[in-house]
Amino acid sequence: MGPITILNDLPEWMNLGIGFFIGIGFGFALEQAGFSSSRKLAGMFYGYDTTVLKVFFTAAIVALAGSQLLSYFGLLDLNLVYVNPYYVTATLVGGVIMGAGFIMGGFCPGTGISAMSIGKIDALFFLVGGLSGAFLFAETYPMIQTLAGANYKGPVRVDEWLGVSPGVFTFLLIAAAIAMFWLAELAEKKYARNDITTEI
Amino acid sequence: MNPYLAGVLLGLVLLTAMFFSGRGLGASGGLKYAVVAAVETVDHEHAMESSYYSKYFEDGKSPLKSWLALEVLGMFLGGFISGAISGRLKFKIEKSPKISNGKRLLFAFLGGVFFVYGAQLARGCTSGAALSGMAVLSVAGFMTMLGIFGSAFLFAWFFRKLWI
Repeated sequence: MGPITILNDLPEWMNLGIGFFIGIGFGFALEQAGFSSSRKLAGMFYGYDTTVLKVFFTAAIVALAGSQLLSYFGLLDLNLVYVNPYYVTATLVGGVIMGAGFIMGGFCPGTGISAMSIGKIDALFFLVGGLSGAFLFAETYPMIQTLAGANYKGPVRVDEWLGVSPGVFTFLLIAAAIAMFWLAELAEKKYARNDITTEI
Repeated sequence: MNPYLAGVLLGLVLLTAMFFSGRGLGASGGLKYAVVAAVETVDHEHAMESSYYSKYFEDGKSPLKSWLALEVLGMFLGGFISGAISGRLKFKIEKSPKISNGKRLLFAFLGGVFFVYGAQLARGCTSGAALSGMAVLSVAGFMTMLGIFGSAFLFAWFFRKLWI
């Protein structure tokens, strides 16, 4: 029965070791997805490469459906799995700032780490910028503390929010993803940039 | 790797994190811990006086001895192994041929500043808030995803010369 480390009193080093091994898997999966290339990631926003959408939604659905199944068979207690809380204002403002950073830098933090690990110098600069951004946030925190905590809704779940069962919502998300994958394949043909995609 | 297959692999890694540790993946949080630990080393007094930094030292442990810090460390090794297997290990500045190296590196740096600043505000980035959140049906997860991708599409026109 999972989550293993929460339900069993494992020593601290084992918990950290599990984190390290999961990190290896995470970095490996991102790099295999091709996310170590900023021009591939940026392709999402100009239509010539939609790998981001395909990988992101496939991964979310596999983890969502997989955890629902594990829970159904009594192998995972989903009440003990962390659900990130919803701060309406901070999520919206933070999301917009992140999107601007994405299109300027061509990476998000995870993909930046994946790219730096294979030697991309631009990813190194992105991550140095990232460390600076974290420092800037810490130092300006007193000024934006109110905004960061505004409109707190708690760890609210989308199935409760919409009043449907988790299973129904998962099914709807899969249907929406399939429709988006179909559109993504069309976009790659319409906005094809062979000069870029052969290089990346 | 085929993107759908890579997505299945990534989803299984996330599911493993949920099953073993009861949590999702993360990236920007690891960068934050590195900064918090560095500030405390350089200026202990400043860190203890600030309500922001001091909360990471309340339990008496270094923030670097945390699940997320170790996970981010593992990411570098995992990415390196993947790059080695697929023959992609190479020092390189990747950019559009229409812009200079300096311009690419400047915008990469600025992008990093913006992204991680926003991630601290939203309490997670694409992996920690959006992907991991969506896997547990968190409203914050879906809203962060819409925020990041919606905003990047919106700003894409202004920065098109960097990419196309």
